[in-house]
Amino acid sequence: MSELMLPRRQLIARASGLVAAAGTMPLLAGCDAINDAPVVRKILSMGEEMNRASQRALIDRGALAREFSRADLSPVFRSNGTKLPPGAAYAAHVATGFADWRVKVTGLVARPLSLSMADIRAMPQRTQITRHDCVEGWSAIGQWTGPQLGSILAAAGVRDSARYVIFRCADRIGDDLYYESCDMVDALHPQTIMAWALNDALLPIANGAPLRLRIERQLGYKHAKYVQGIEVVASLDRIGAGKGGYWEDRIDYEWYAGI
Amino acid sequence: MAEAEPPPVAPSSPVPGERVYRHRLPVRIWHWVNAVTLLILLMSGLMIFNAHPRLYWGEYGANPDYAWLAIGSGPDMGFLRIGDTRIETTGVLGRWTDAAGEEQTWAFPGWATIPTSYSLADGRRWHLLFAWVLSIGLTLYMLWTLFGGHLKKDLHVRRAEWSPRHIWHDIKEHARLRFPKGEAAARYGILQKLSYIGVIFVALPLMIATGLTMSPGMNAAWPWLLDLFGGRQSARSIHFITAWALVLFFLVHIAMVLLAGPVNELRSMVTGWFRLPPEKGEGA
Repeated sequence: MSELMLPRRQLIARASGLVAAAGTMPLLAGCDAINDAPVVRKILSMGEEMNRASQRALIDRGALAREFSRADLSPVFRSNGTKLPPGAAYAAHVATGFADWRVKVTGLVARPLSLSMADIRAMPQRTQITRHDCVEGWSAIGQWTGPQLGSILAAAGVRDSARYVIFRCADRIGDDLYYESCDMVDALHPQTIMAWALNDALLPIANGAPLRLRIERQLGYKHAKYVQGIEVVASLDRIGAGKGGYWEDRIDYEWYAGI
Repeated sequence: MAEAEPPPVAPSSPVPGERVYRHRLPVRIWHWVNAVTLLILLMSGLMIFNAHPRLYWGEYGANPDYAWLAIGSGPDMGFLRIGDTRIETTGVLGRWTDAAGEEQTWAFPGWATIPTSYSLADGRRWHLLFAWVLSIGLTLYMLWTLFGGHLKKDLHVRRAEWSPRHIWHDIKEHARLRFPKGEAAARYGILQKLSYIGVIFVALPLMIATGLTMSPGMNAAWPWLLDLFGGRQSARSIHFITAWALVLFFLVHIAMVLLAGPVNELRSMVTGWFRLPPEKGEGA
């Protein structure tokens, strides 16, 4: 498996590489200065806006991601990002089989909810075999089961001013909790479910136990794992750094990840 | 845009050494916009590849699955593996030294990617913005080619040119580095026509279509894309292969420009005017 890993070990630089590197250094530094210039960042962000606007115009609100058959399942469904959320609180939930896990539905709702995993499993369920596409480029096909986010939101009674749904997660990366968000089009899409089962088994810890989002027309980092909170808001401005997600805030991933 | 009208083409052959108007304005604009756009798309694409330097066939493909192509690193070496063949590529692929003199184990080296140090987010932003420049430019250029006379005037392959003898003759002439002189140099040869048609109507549309097939949003809108290319990971593989086919086209293209007279060729792609190379024996 060594070829699968990307070791960051810094070994002694090869002399030939050093010479070549020294020659190209000013040119490369110039390229990166362009990449980091504020006006360039602004122009680059136009691409995301064009992609979002054109995909929203082109893709029917209810258009479904392809659903596959059991024969198409990936033999192994790989995980990415957090494999095991750190901290005693999550460990305690693991020890009790998530019996005390609560998903709080808050924000612009008529009836804030605090759902147990039993509550979530008692709701009408949807099972779908879909392809998970990581922003890095790989894909895996898995079967997911859980209630539609739309049913949870309907139970809570979403107010008219609602524009976005925030997903609050239990996994901490560095000092901050992971979070993600989507607009109401994706929140109410029939394939947007809160999944607690993968391939007919309880969701493994590495894949987000006990509950994760499936938002099938977007890339993997939007599919928040270890979800503890579903918050309905009118604006993303005051959430995190305001860009709508953990990676969006930190390394400038696109908020709209349909491509 | 002030554009000198080309003189009406004289029915008689132009005299060698004479200047002829060879490239119309849309050709020149598209050529240079594309030169920049394709370079940015290639380099940002290599950055995106670095995030997962493995290629698969079919709908799915991740680390536990068999990759038909992988770039990776072992202790103290880098490699490219295609099928069962593993080639050591230390210094270039899989293990290389960056501009600060530090050893890196990303697939493609910093001098080949945008940006130079690993950032999937920035690579994607460059790639997905310039994909628009390519798509809009190609659409306009295709329309102009089909309806603006470019196809009829410059790219149309005449019946006589389809003869295997003619094509073989052109291949031999190229292999001997003997290029058309005089009046014939003002027109595209059969190999040129076929390569330009291949780039405009096959390779570039294929890049855009396979790129869109990787979009989960577009898969919902146009699920037939998945059937056309045999799945998302197949589309990703075809995207990668076609990108290198375009690199190959670029290398041959540059070689031909250098061999055929770089100043004259470059000038004609900037100003449109091309000086007909003298016939053999007339001196260079």
